[in-house]
Amino acid sequence: MSGASDRRRAPPQAGAAGADRPRAARSQTHLWVAQRVTAMVLAVAVAVHLVTIILAVRGGLSAGEILGRTRGSEAWLAFYCLFALAAGLHGAIGLRAIAAETLGLRGRGADLAWLAIGLLTAAFGIRAAIGLYA
Amino acid sequence: MAKAASLKVSVWRGGADGALARFEVPAHDNQTVLDVVTHIQRELDPSLAYRFACRVGMCGSCAMTVNGRARWTCRTHVRKVVGPDGALELHPLSNLPLIRDLAADLTPFFEKWRRARGQFEPKDAPDGAVPGEFAVVPPASEARREADAGIECIGCGVCYASCDVVAWNPEYLGPAALNRAWTLVNDVRDGARGERLDAVAGDAGCHSCHSTQSCTERCPKNLDPSAAIAGLKRRLFWDTLTGRR
Repeated sequence: MSGASDRRRAPPQAGAAGADRPRAARSQTHLWVAQRVTAMVLAVAVAVHLVTIILAVRGGLSAGEILGRTRGSEAWLAFYCLFALAAGLHGAIGLRAIAAETLGLRGRGADLAWLAIGLLTAAFGIRAAIGLYA
Repeated sequence: MAKAASLKVSVWRGGADGALARFEVPAHDNQTVLDVVTHIQRELDPSLAYRFACRVGMCGSCAMTVNGRARWTCRTHVRKVVGPDGALELHPLSNLPLIRDLAADLTPFFEKWRRARGQFEPKDAPDGAVPGEFAVVPPASEARREADAGIECIGCGVCYASCDVVAWNPEYLGPAALNRAWTLVNDVRDGARGERLDAVAGDAGCHSCHSTQSCTERCPKNLDPSAAIAGLKRRLFWDTLTGRR
């Protein structure tokens, strides 16, 4: 077990780079809060999604039936947009933590990249939702 | 468990590139792991480096890795941890730089207490003066009970050495420092609550905790640093959502 390889050097002292720490910590906290809030949204949205699937496949599943439910419905549009936004952000923030711990990928640049990936994923979902509405 | 006449003790010797050395130590009915280490140093090899002070579970200086698990050695009976063949394997604490043999360097551990603002900062007397009035703190109040749950920490470093997140992220403050911060956040006499919550937020702080609870499982004082970290997360969540920070 704990041999030579896992001994760690002392972490660097908070110096010039440490001045940015409160701001960095605050944006990291915001990402964490965003993940918790999107998790709450997903808890409800995934349940609605699964129930809808089960109801929709009764009596056959067709493009016409799906479009009949979603086309022109602002409620479904709003639901799927929120769902896609929550899923995109939640997934990207989770991958960010995994990448930081397993690959050591950290820093402001990485955080902005993950945010962009999350929003891009969400944009694909929102585009699909608009396609079902229009 | 069948009692072996002698213990076969493997002890880490040297620095990070050291190796295990084997010793044979007489087995006794009542014997702690610290007794075994002391026997080795006094009778077999006086050059062995290890650390202890009180021998009664108060000072927190004798923690080591015993058969793969961080423990306070002065309160760990050999018979509770020894293998059936009398085997004991002793390493220094993990996640810390090694000085030599069984002595780990706890500097990063205590430096992180400082970074988590683990010192009491009196609200009524910021210059260190004695306040004119006693603070009235009802012992049954919720905040005081939260604080009381964590204040018996002896700083042994067992939780820190057992924490996976510390191993993955050397910047992570670790369970003991965060537990200390939570006791102070709940101390109504303390005046640095906001700065302290800033200090323990983010990836180096409570938000990296996976709640796997090795700290709580292994704390020799039966404290619950996991719950303290969850408390910090909860406080920061609501403060952030409501725009208080």
